[in-house]
Parts: sequence; structure tokens; C-alpha cells
Amino acid sequence: MINPARFVTFGNAEPVELGAVPELAPDEFGRAVVAAADGGLRVGAYFGTAEGQDGVRLYAILLDDLTGSIHGACTAFPLGPFPSLTRECPQVHLFEREIAEQFGIEPVGHPWLKPVRFHPSYTGRPQPWAGSDGRSPPVGITNFFRVDGDEVHEVAVGPVHAGVIEPGHFRFQCHGEDVFHLEISLGYQHRGIERRLTGGPGRRTIHYLETLAGDTTVGHTTAYCHAIEAMTGTYAPPRAQAIRGIALELERLANHVGDLGALAGDVGFLPTSAYCGRIRGDYLNLTAAVCGSRFGRDLVRPGGVLFDIDAPLADSIGALLADAERDTASAVELLWGSSSVMGRFEDTGRLTREVADELGLVGPAARACGIGRDVRHDFPVGIFRFSHVPVSTWSTGDVFARAYVRWLEVQQSIRFIREQLRALPEGPVLAPPPELPPEQLVVSLVEGWRGEICHVAMTGPDGKFQKYKVVDPSFHNWFGLAIALRGEQISDFPLCNKSFNLSYSGHDL
Amino acid sequence: MINILLARYRQGRRTMKYPAGPPPKLPARFRGRPSIERGKCGSECRACVDACPTQAITINGKARIDLGRCLFCTDCTRACPDGAITFSQDYRLATDSRDDLILEDNILRLAQGLKGRALRLFGRSLKLRQVAAGGCNGCEMDVNVLNTVGWDLGRFGIQLVASPRHADGLLVTGSVPENMRLALQKTYDALTPPKIVIAVGACAISGGPFADHPEVHNGVAACLPVDLFIPGCPPHPLTILDGLLRFLGRIEGDGDRS
Repeated sequence: MINPARFVTFGNAEPVELGAVPELAPDEFGRAVVAAADGGLRVGAYFGTAEGQDGVRLYAILLDDLTGSIHGACTAFPLGPFPSLTRECPQVHLFEREIAEQFGIEPVGHPWLKPVRFHPSYTGRPQPWAGSDGRSPPVGITNFFRVDGDEVHEVAVGPVHAGVIEPGHFRFQCHGEDVFHLEISLGYQHRGIERRLTGGPGRRTIHYLETLAGDTTVGHTTAYCHAIEAMTGTYAPPRAQAIRGIALELERLANHVGDLGALAGDVGFLPTSAYCGRIRGDYLNLTAAVCGSRFGRDLVRPGGVLFDIDAPLADSIGALLADAERDTASAVELLWGSSSVMGRFEDTGRLTREVADELGLVGPAARACGIGRDVRHDFPVGIFRFSHVPVSTWSTGDVFARAYVRWLEVQQSIRFIREQLRALPEGPVLAPPPELPPEQLVVSLVEGWRGEICHVAMTGPDGKFQKYKVVDPSFHNWFGLAIALRGEQISDFPLCNKSFNLSYSGHDL
Repeated sequence: MINILLARYRQGRRTMKYPAGPPPKLPARFRGRPSIERGKCGSECRACVDACPTQAITINGKARIDLGRCLFCTDCTRACPDGAITFSQDYRLATDSRDDLILEDNILRLAQGLKGRALRLFGRSLKLRQVAAGGCNGCEMDVNVLNTVGWDLGRFGIQLVASPRHADGLLVTGSVPENMRLALQKTYDALTPPKIVIAVGACAISGGPFADHPEVHNGVAACLPVDLFIPGCPPHPLTILDGLLRFLGRIEGDGDRS
């Protein structure tokens, strides 16, 4: 699987010297990545950094769920075409498109080479899809896969949608009600965050992390702080780690419960829809009780957390959590006993385990295909080293499975929080780390509510970020939604979409 | 079926009394309207200015906080050696104009709202199309919350509708990236006049944490005329509701009662 001569091996939130990452020849690098993926490893991140004025260095970060180990390698070449790995390793398809877009270089042989976020290249080079004047078309203007034939028609939706949701464009190829193919074109939320993280940390860095995806503030800030703490060889105090864990699970609770309500709404089952919409707020308010913000803003900082949970607050959170738990159970369990709900949930938007594996899906979407993949279990750091959360899976891969896995996780998260509140470690909650050392690389993984959050931090000779790569779980999973729609009815799109509930802002950055 | 009825009984009636009754209780650590205590502020010191991630604080003789830029984080309060900056529990923040958001001497001129014909047209029925344009989805989530049973926005005649053709105005969130400019403009053009625009959140007002990125236009006002500004990052649902109700003349003054 992994040839130790070709990769440096390390763990989640464990620093390695940047120079220790083996540099392979481009063809050897490609073969090593494909061999690792064939051997069951996942591509956590695959990205480029500028190498001088006219070169690029590609890094591959491969994850082994079974051993909890991370493997890294790199290759460098002058800006120009490079061989695509997508045909042999589909997991990298979007990563290669991202590299092409950022550097203006073509992954030769990529089966569906298109923009990801519709921005000009970082290098000033024309992108592979640029016109003869070297300029790329504006957002949304791109080739879409098209099905022709009698009675085949195309449906275009977005970027502005009917609900209060983020912008994205969906292009369906339909035959009557049946969807042959769905293509998802994003980039409307692109606000240039990843580029601005380079050269940090600075005043705005933590605020970028908080607003990469506003529903995953605790997840992303925790991943960032683990990276900073790993690089500086420091640890957040145990009490802070427990509070981070509580906040992470509260974030999961609010979003999962909100999703269960929205799924009920999408099949017209109003009781659960109405109750869960409100109960979601109860969980958000618990986060606000900790840090003043319903979305966990200003809570997680390098070295710990800014707000403590003292004994009276722990008691009041515990009491409110018990109320919310009863309300949630009463609202959610209605779903499983209602044939009108189950008739719509079951066998809708089915993904097989094989497809989920091939695409490298993460989070509840993967666990709903029977894949026991969970960073808290496979790559535990922080509080999850000491306090375990069982992995919740279901095997049917349909909307029901994605809903039911959420419900199983809701119950586990409540149990976890209760356990932490009962036994918060003594001591301080913040011990600010020193400046970052130069020439380090850290991979930081956190199981956010949507799945695996992967951050790769690299410092240059000045101790500033030479690159800060963010992979939101949505980056892996959007293609899963597109595949899940094949053969479904177009009227089931909202339901399937909600069963994934992916982030546009986290994808577009 | 019996389980559905039992759950209905158990869940009870949850719509809040506000604005006829008191507003819902905010957590003790909630960060509402900030203030700078002049007596405590050492005027030579610029620690807060240097700490603020969005340049919301300026000191030019006197300190000013631009609520349109403020992320309501604690970077300034923690940086201030004199403890001069504090966040209050005051959730009322909406204003009619961008300039009113710049707090000087801690005076905030809250939104006066619609007048005359506009108030007659929209006062009892306001249909809004929401456009999310380059934020983080935080503002969108807390706008959506107003539709839950606890807040029940519909009881005020305010509705978030599915098409600009059905709408009286836009409720815009996000920093307005170049990639959303045309879609936002087209959505606005699809409204029938007279039409209004409401900017919700730091991004929509100033670009928020993404201000001055070349990818974004620093908020809605770069493209459209804005009638109501609701600051925050994201604003609490109560702040948004307070803003909308002031806009429609449903609450005035301290806002605890209609």
C-alpha cells in the first residue's frame, strides 16, 4: 500500500519538518498516489504551492483510516501541463481542477476539466479553459454535460434559489421526471479566503477560519488551533480541550437536528419540521450560553478557549440539554413511525458503498453507506483521545440512512456532552502558544458535523504560512450528491440535497 | 397517529410573546451594542485600533466604532489595557443609513423606518426575497430562524418569498462577490417598484471579514440602494426582527412593547 521510501508518515496534528516530505519525480509521485489509493487510502488533500516564480510543488496528503496514519509526499515541476490522475484515482478529480484553476496549468487527461470557483489564476497564466484572449469566462459559463434525444430536456436552477440558502447552480439532464445526470457548478460564494490565509497568521486569520463555513465555526477553528498548537509543540489545557469538544458536539447537534426537521419539511411532514426548527435553536442557545454567540464565534483560539464553563453554567447547560433531548426524541421519533415519511426517505437518493469509497466521501454521507469513517475514532486528537464517541453507521445509503445516522449521532453527542459536563478537568482554559517555527508542516483533521475537516498548514522560512490549505467536507461530498441523483425523480432533488446539506461557502472559500 | 397528537401536546405552544411581551432572554455573555467609556480610554493608546480585524475602530480625537464593520468579537475588549470597551446586552442595532452605524459618544440613532406612502404600502404586508451573496451562511441561518414557530415572522405580515416577482424587496446577506454581482442585480431588477433593500450582517454592510478583498464588492451598497442596515456577525434573530419591526413602524423607542 504505502511504500515508506516514497512518503513521510505522521499522525493527526503532529508536525513534520517541511524538508522531511519526500520529493518524488512527477511520474513516480503519480504512481505512488494511485497505488496508495488502490490500497484503500484516501486523499485528504492534494494541492499546489508556488515554487519560485515559475514552478509549482504538488503535495499529496493520504489518510489511512485503519491505522490512523497520514502520509505525505510532494513533487515539483515548472509551471506547465502535468499528467492527470483522475482516471485512475477519481478522488482527486476536483483537487486537480482546483490546481488547474489556481496555477493555470493543465492536468492532461482529466476527463472533465472545468473551473471550480471561477476566479483568475494566481499565477497570471491563462487557465486551460481560457479563450484565445487568455481570459476565462465569468462564473457559471462553462461546458455542461449534455444528454440529447427525443423528450430529453435540461433544467437549470440557481444561483438564486427559492429558499433562504446559499447560491449555487444545478444543471439537470432529464427525461420526463427522471434525472439522467446532475451537474453542480459552484463558485458564487468565492471570497478569496484561502489565498488570504497565506502570509498569516494575522489579525483576520482566526476570523477567516470562523467564517469559512458559518455553520462549522467550531469545527474549522478547532482544526486551525490544533495545527498551531502542534507546530509550536504546545497543548491546550485539558479543560479547554473538553470545552472545545462540548462546543463541537453542540454544533453537530444544532445542525443535525435542523437537518432532520428540514428533511421532514421536504416531505411535507410538518410536525417534526416545526418542532426541530425550534429545537435547533435550543442547541444554538447553549453554545451562546458558553461564548455569547450562537455559532461559536470567539470561543476557540490557539492555546485553548476564551470562555470557561464554571459549575453553575455546567449545571444550567446540563438541565437545558436534558429538556432539549426529550423534545428532540419526541420530535424525531415521529419520523420513523410515519409511513408517509418512510415511503419518501427509503430507497431515495441511494449511493452504494463502492461509489462512496471511490469518491472518498466523508461524514454522515459516508457512514450512511456503511463506511465506519469518523475522525473522532480513526484519528483522535484533543478530548477524543480520552473520551470516545462510537461511530454511527447504517448500510442502505439512501435518504433514510443519512437521516437515521444523524439521529444516532445526535444521541451520541448528547451522551458525550453530558459526560464532559460532569467531569470537566480542573485548571485554566487558555495558554497562548509562542510564534510559529519555520519550515513545518501539519495536517489537522477534525470530524465536523458534515464530516472530515482537513487543514494543511505549512510555514516558510519566516514562520509565516507559506500555504494554509482548507478542505471542507463539502469539497469531497458535492459529487456524491450529483451521483445520488442519477435515476431519481427531479422532484426528489430538494430531499436528496437536504440529506447531504453541503456547504457552498466552505467549498467556495 | 396517536403519537403525533401526543408529541403535539408535549411540544406545546412556543411562539414568543414579543413584541407584546418582553423579548426572549439573551445569554449573559451575549455581545450587543458596544460602547467606549471615554473616561477610561487613554487617548494615546491605539491597542483596540490595532487589534480590530476589520478596522471598525478609529481614533481621531475621539474613538468611534463602526457597527457596520464590527464582528462583535472580543479582540478589542481583550486588547484594551483600561477595560474601556464593553459589549452591552442591547440587541437593538438597526439603522436607516450607513453613517448612523458609526458610534460616536455611544449614541446610536436607531432606524426610524418607512414613512408616508411606503409605510401604507408595506406596513401590513412585506414580502422579501432573500439573496445570499458571499457570506458564510451564518446570517442566512439566523434569518431563517425567524420562520420557526418560536419567532413566527408571518404574524407580522412579513414573509420570505420564493421569487423576486412576488416580493416587495430584497433582504441581502454577504459581501457581494464579483461572482454574485450579476445575479444580485438581476434579482433586484426583477422586483416591481417601489422596492426596498435590506442589508443584514457585517458582510452585506461593509464586506465584513472579507472587506477589501479584490474578489468582493464590500457589501450591497456598492450595487444597490440600501434602505435598512442590520449589523452583526451574524446579527441575533432578535436584532433582525427588531430591525424589521422598526422598519415597518411596529416598534419605536426602547422597543420592549408594540
